[in-house]
Formats: sequence, C-alpha cells, structure tokens
Amino acid sequence: MEENYDLAIIGGGPAGLASSIKAWDLGIESIVLFEESNLLGGVLPQCIHPGFGLHYFREDLTGPEFAAKLIDRLKNTGVKILSGSYAERLEVKSSGEKKIFGYRYGEAFRVKCRAVIYAAGCRERSRFEVNILGDRPAGVYTAGEAQTLMDIYGILPGSEIVVVGSGDVGLIMARRFALEGADVKAVVEVMPYPGGLTRNIVQCLEDFHIPLYLSCMVTEIKGLRRVEGVRIVKVDENFNPIRGSENYLKCDAVILAVGLKPRVDLLIKAGALIDEATGGPVVNDWLETTIPGVFAAGNVLVINDLVDYAAEQGERAAESAARFIREGLPALKFKRVILGRNVRLIAPHLVSCVQDVIFYGRVGKPEENVQVRFEEIGRAFKLPIARPSEMFRFKVSAEDLMKLHNEKMTVNVVKV
Amino acid sequence: MGGLIRVAIIGAGVVGASIARVLSMFEDLEVHLVEKEADVGWGVSKANTGIIHAGYDDEPDLYPLRAKLCAEGNRIWHEWVKDLDIPVRWCGSLVLAFNDEEEKILEELLNRGVRNGVSNLEIIDHERLKVLETNSSENATAALWAPTAGQISPWDAVIALVENSLTNGVRLHLSTEVKGIKISGGQVCGLETNKSFLEVDCVINAAGLYADKISEMAGLGGYRIKPRKGEYLIFDRDAEPKVSRIIFPTPTPISKGVVVTTTTDGNLMIGPSAQDLPENLREDKSNTYDGLKLVWESASNLVKKLPPRNKVIRFFAGLRPEPSGGDFIIKDCDEVFGFIEASGMRSPGLTSAPAVAYMILEMLKAKFDFNPKPKAGWNRCRRRIKRFSEMTFEERSKVVNENPGYGRIVCVDELVTEAEIVEAIRRGATTIDGVKFRTRACMGTCQGSSCMHKVAAILARELNMPLWMVSLRGSGTEIGIGDVKALLRDKNELEGSPRG
Repeated sequence: MEENYDLAIIGGGPAGLASSIKAWDLGIESIVLFEESNLLGGVLPQCIHPGFGLHYFREDLTGPEFAAKLIDRLKNTGVKILSGSYAERLEVKSSGEKKIFGYRYGEAFRVKCRAVIYAAGCRERSRFEVNILGDRPAGVYTAGEAQTLMDIYGILPGSEIVVVGSGDVGLIMARRFALEGADVKAVVEVMPYPGGLTRNIVQCLEDFHIPLYLSCMVTEIKGLRRVEGVRIVKVDENFNPIRGSENYLKCDAVILAVGLKPRVDLLIKAGALIDEATGGPVVNDWLETTIPGVFAAGNVLVINDLVDYAAEQGERAAESAARFIREGLPALKFKRVILGRNVRLIAPHLVSCVQDVIFYGRVGKPEENVQVRFEEIGRAFKLPIARPSEMFRFKVSAEDLMKLHNEKMTVNVVKV
Repeated sequence: MGGLIRVAIIGAGVVGASIARVLSMFEDLEVHLVEKEADVGWGVSKANTGIIHAGYDDEPDLYPLRAKLCAEGNRIWHEWVKDLDIPVRWCGSLVLAFNDEEEKILEELLNRGVRNGVSNLEIIDHERLKVLETNSSENATAALWAPTAGQISPWDAVIALVENSLTNGVRLHLSTEVKGIKISGGQVCGLETNKSFLEVDCVINAAGLYADKISEMAGLGGYRIKPRKGEYLIFDRDAEPKVSRIIFPTPTPISKGVVVTTTTDGNLMIGPSAQDLPENLREDKSNTYDGLKLVWESASNLVKKLPPRNKVIRFFAGLRPEPSGGDFIIKDCDEVFGFIEASGMRSPGLTSAPAVAYMILEMLKAKFDFNPKPKAGWNRCRRRIKRFSEMTFEERSKVVNENPGYGRIVCVDELVTEAEIVEAIRRGATTIDGVKFRTRACMGTCQGSSCMHKVAAILARELNMPLWMVSLRGSGTEIGIGDVKALLRDKNELEGSPRG
C-alpha cells in the first residue's frame, strides 16, 4: 500500500481519537489513523473502573465508556482507520515531505502525508529500571500488564499480591485484585507520601483495608520458579535502607506500578529533540515537535494524570495540524520556558506569545499553599496542595504572554 | 562390538548439544538427548558472556584439557557458526594491563597462547589500543590482542545445534529428569527418568551443574561441582558508548574477570562477577547488590565511559560449574562400561564444546570398537528463523505478501512479528522464554511488559491450551492461576453459594 494523506495520526488512544475527530471537524478530510492494537482506545478498554471524563465529557465514565464515546464520534467521520497496524518509522525529507513506514497483517505500507500527530502513549517501567534485585521468577508483572491479563484476556495472575508503587495505576490494580478475591498484602511506596490521587487512596485502599507502606522499598524478589515473596525495607529521607527494618512478605505475584515513560523511539529516529524532564519531545505552543509539521499529544508528550488532558492535547494538536496543512504555521520567534524552583517538568517548552497556552506540569516535592508563578509576565496561580503525583494545568492567556519581553520565561513554585 | 549403539546424552546444554550433533553424523548410533528443563540450553549455557575465547588463558600443565580444547574449539566454531547460521561477531579480544606487573602477565598469556597453538596473538601499546578500541580506558598501558576471539549468542548456539541434531535423527527428551542409571554386570543398560525407562548402551554425562550427582548415580563420582555465580548487566540497544572488541582485565588465578562486550544483538553487556556458592545452591541465580556493584565498578575501569545506569534494561545471573579439580572432566570411565564424562565444563566450556564433542566421539569409537560410517544424507546446515527486524523495507514487503503474519508486529521494541513466533513454536518453543530465546520477543526496552501477553496468546492458540496455563519456562511458572473468577468461584464453593 502506498497512499497519500493530509494528516496521519499515530496512536488510537484518547489523544489520537480526539485529534482525529477534531481534525475532521476542522475540515481536514484526508486523515489516516494508525492503531497498533485491533481495538481502538489505547489503554482505555482495560480500565474498567470509573473516574474518566469528568472534565472532557462532564460525566463519570469507565474507560471503555470513554473510549466508546470517542469511537462513536469517530465513526461519523471519514477518517481512515487502520487498526492492528504498527507505524515503525517516520522519514522527513528536507522538503518537508513525510513518509510513514509500517506494517499490518498481510500488508507493508508506506504513507505520504503533510502533517503527523504522534500519540503513541507510554510504556511501563520494569523492575530492572528500579533495581529490584533477587530472583527472576514467574509472577512479576507491570500493573498495566496485569490489567491486560485480567480485563482483556480474563485470567488471574495471582492470589496473594504485593503492589509496588502507589501511583494511581498501582492503587487501582490493588483494588482490582481485591475485587476478584485475591489477598492484597500491601502497596509499597518508597516516598513518604502516596503517589496517587487522594480519592484513589480512599476508594482503592482504605475501603478494602489494604495496607499502604510508605517510605518502604521492595529490594528483592524471592522464588525460584514462581514468586514466593518479597523483601521490603524501610528507607530514610535519603532513600537509604534503614538497618534492622527488613521484612518479608509472602506473595505469589508482584505488581509493579513504578512509573511510565513516553514511547518516543520513532520521534528520536526521525530526529526530534527529547526533553529529559518529561521524557517526551520538546514542543512549542502548537504542540509541534522540533520537526516542523510533526505534533505530539497525550502520554507521549507528557505523562498525564487524567485521560481528559490527553484528549485535550489531542484536540490542540489537531487544531495546529489543521492550520499547518491549510496555511502553514506562522514564522514566529519562540521563547523558552525554564524550570524554576520546585518545578520538575512542564510542557509546552517553547511559547510564541501570540496565543493562549495550556501548561501541564509537575512539582518536584510536595508543598502546601504555594503559587505557580510565571515570573517574567507576573502571572501566578494558586496551588493549595502541590504534589509530584498531581499534575498542574494552567491556562495562560495570550494577553499575559504578550508581556514577555525576555528570551525566556521562568516558572517557579513558591510559598505564598 | 557391532550393530546399533544406543547413546543417551544427559543435558541439552552447549556441551550435550555439540556431542549430539557430532554423533548425528554417523550410522549405527541411536542418540538420545535428555534434558530436565522444558527447553534446551536453559542451564549454564543460557547465562554467560557468549565469548569464544582465543585460548591463551589456560595453563597447559595445570589444565591440559582446557588448554587444548579451548584453542581447538575456537577453530571449530569458526566453521560451525557458518553451517548453523549462529549469530557471531569475530571482533577479537583485548586484555588490558594497567601497570608493569600486569604487563608481565600479558607476556605470560602470550607465551601460554603460543604453547596452546593460538595464532596471531600480539601485545600492543597504548596508542595501538586506542585505534583498536576507541572506548578503552585511557589508563591502560598495554593490551594483549587476540584477533581470533569472538562473540556468539550462546542460546542461539544451543538451539541451532539441537535443531541440526534433530534434523539428523537425534531424539530429544525434554522435561525429562534422570533419576537413576541402571548398571548391570558393570555395564550401563539404561536411564531411569521421571517419564520412563530409556534403554541405552552408553551414557554421556553433560549434566552441567548436576554432573557430580549423575556421576554418583553411576556409582562413580569422586569429584564435586561447585556453583560459581556470575552477575551481569545488559544495556538497551541504543545505549552508547559500546565497545567494538571484547575487553578483559588482566586475569586473576580465579577468574578472567568482568568483561565489557557488545552482544551479537548489539546490546552492551558487562559481567560476570565470580561468587562461589555452597553446593546446595545450584539454582540460586539471584541478583545481589554487591554483585552488581562489583560488576559496574570493574567494568567502569576498563572503558572510558559506560552508558548511563538508567540505560540498563536487565540484570541477570548465571552459574558456572566449577569442578573440584579445576580442569574439565572428560573421560571414559573404565569402572562402568559405557559411562563417559563430559563434565566440569567451567569456562572456557562454551568455546571448548565442539572440541569436547569430537573427543567424546573418539572415546566412543575406542570403547565400542566402532568404526563410524558417515550417515548418508547427513545435513550439515541449519538456518535460523528469518528476522523481520534485519530486513529492508522491500524484503519485508515481500515476506508479508508471502506470509501475512509477518505484518503483525508483536514485540515493538525488537520488531518481532507473529510469523516469527509461530515459526519458533513450530520449531519446538512451548514457553514464553522458548519464544524469547528464539525470536528476541520480550528482550527489548520494556522487557516484555508490552508484548509478553501477546506472545502468550499466540502460544495458547498454537498449542491449543488455556491462556493462563502458558508458562514462562515450564511447569510451575504459569502466567496465571486460572480464569479471572477462579478465586471467587472457589470461595463461593467453599461457602456453598448457589452461584457456583
């Protein structure tokens, strides 16, 4: 297959679906959507719990419901959907022509397009990336993997569970196992505070009497063939193990929720610049990567807390791509956004100061009653509780941004 | 002695598999390869550096077998990798010296290499070293350059040897654990296993870490196998800088030390540590803080720079079978007619394996007064599974047209397709690890979290089994404990719930 499109969207999760619909609504009629799985929706079809869509649809939906709403809308468009297809490589010519090489059952394809929205999501970190030593038996899964096994394939990975990491994914999987009758021994968190949303601590752990071990680390997995248990140890404020605090928890499965990483291989190979802090591509306020006409949205851009944000970014990328295709984006001088005090990451990274910008960011350490200050323009937003686990999202108006006369804009989180 | 000789080789590691291949060349031999694991090469052979050593390490007076067989094995591997399509890089090895004392040891190694018949060894200075290996440590003062050393993929080697042996009539018995050796009138007559009794005339003990136990079953023994643990770290394929040669430190009497090498798949690998374990810990392949720290620090000394620690995608450990006497134990045991030892295969066991196999053949010929007649139609060649990831786009388009399953990407990190996985299963993989070692699925950055379930689903479909029963590496390592309602159903049954 060798075809031409105006816009190619890679990834059929919330960001990709939302951008497909938006681009079509904006009048772009030649669109192709590549989704790796046979099922559209990305991670949503396996997220059978509620809590999705409160912002985007103003309704409390489950993951499959959220996906279904987008898919229904998509079906009323003329977007060409290629599910079960993997876009492996993006080639960008100096002329700006883009070619995507990929594969699906029975077909190797080469697609030419004018703009690309990359929304390939993220992957989960493995035990090896967080240095969990010991044996390498069966029964060690990432949270998303366990969720796939349970809620896509319908199989149960274990009966006595230890969850590592108290991010939302970890908390939700702790409850998911409890609901199927498994004995969830503990959720183990290395930080002195939980990694997930407060509502999830209450609804996933407290309601099910699942213990949360804070400032604790799983150091070792035991078990020659199948997991037999884990060694845990308390850590001090510098994350050094405290002698004598070692403990052993018997279990037959270890579920790892130890962080997500944007899937940026294709972008790196195409030559896009990556931001160390977000792990995603460096983007300007059009959500355009450093390759002109290649946009990013969703978890590949920045790891989001809420699917609503991913969808929002998808729409934003679609608006930009539509404009890029029609008239090209205006030639502007971009100014850099600088990570200031207690700001771990922020996107977008570059601003043109001619349009409103939604900033997505995270703090580095927990604080209370702080302000997120966009220094050079004198704009500040209150943040009563700042936690690394909870993303902040602020919209800064074009009017405010126009006040920026420096080459850069520093974002600080400061005590009020 | 005329007629058919029935031979059982215990252990389908690289030694057993090499012996099987050599014996498969001849008529009048019925060869059984007996393995306790669910697949081949899962013991010592799976977790080592994969280096085909040049042969200068082993002192010929102290360890005559090691010295002789390593250099010989290296030469044979140069042919076998071609016959069997085993991934290899003949990149040569460098032993670095950092001071005068170590430089003296290089001289010793050079002389030893010459005695062992190793060709083209050379001691090079710092300047030449920098040219041969740009990432070598600035502090190295000299190096021993051994151009004949190489890097292979050890599990690919075992799989290749076994596939080729099977093509040529060898019979493979997997998940078959030897429980006893039947001896009658001082003569081997069969193997008692967990499955059935296997009637044979000859037993070859290539049982790796358990060789001393097997030997005792035959009433022999007289040596111990001690497990020596080695830990390794492996980096992501895109992690830089790599090395273009195999880099060793100057060896100590105990070990060749921590090596820095680039695998045939293009991952930088460092290791192994060398920790002697008690004899009862022959399954302890756990990773430890101290072990990995030692590997990291030792490797750092050999190169200018290692990739960042967060580019490590996996660590693992393997056990080397250290024989109490230090040298390989390869002998025809006169006490029990038909019992042959091919044990104590510590380093350089992988390198020596093909030479061991030919040595065993000679013993068999002598023992059974057997004049081997080459097998008509013996096939020397085996081809590995075609790798989609190694093809050009045009080649990929062609194979996808011929077999649509090549279009379905299962492991995105390693670009492994459904067609390759189905082929791996057709060739004998029954587990996730079996597929992994044959195709590289699950070996990439994510270490399987994105594709393990897809591999499992293909195994379940092809082998017609329930998905939860698909295992990582055989019985006891299933990916699930039942369907998702298994526990609730059990609880309801216990409580007499009508829902059942």
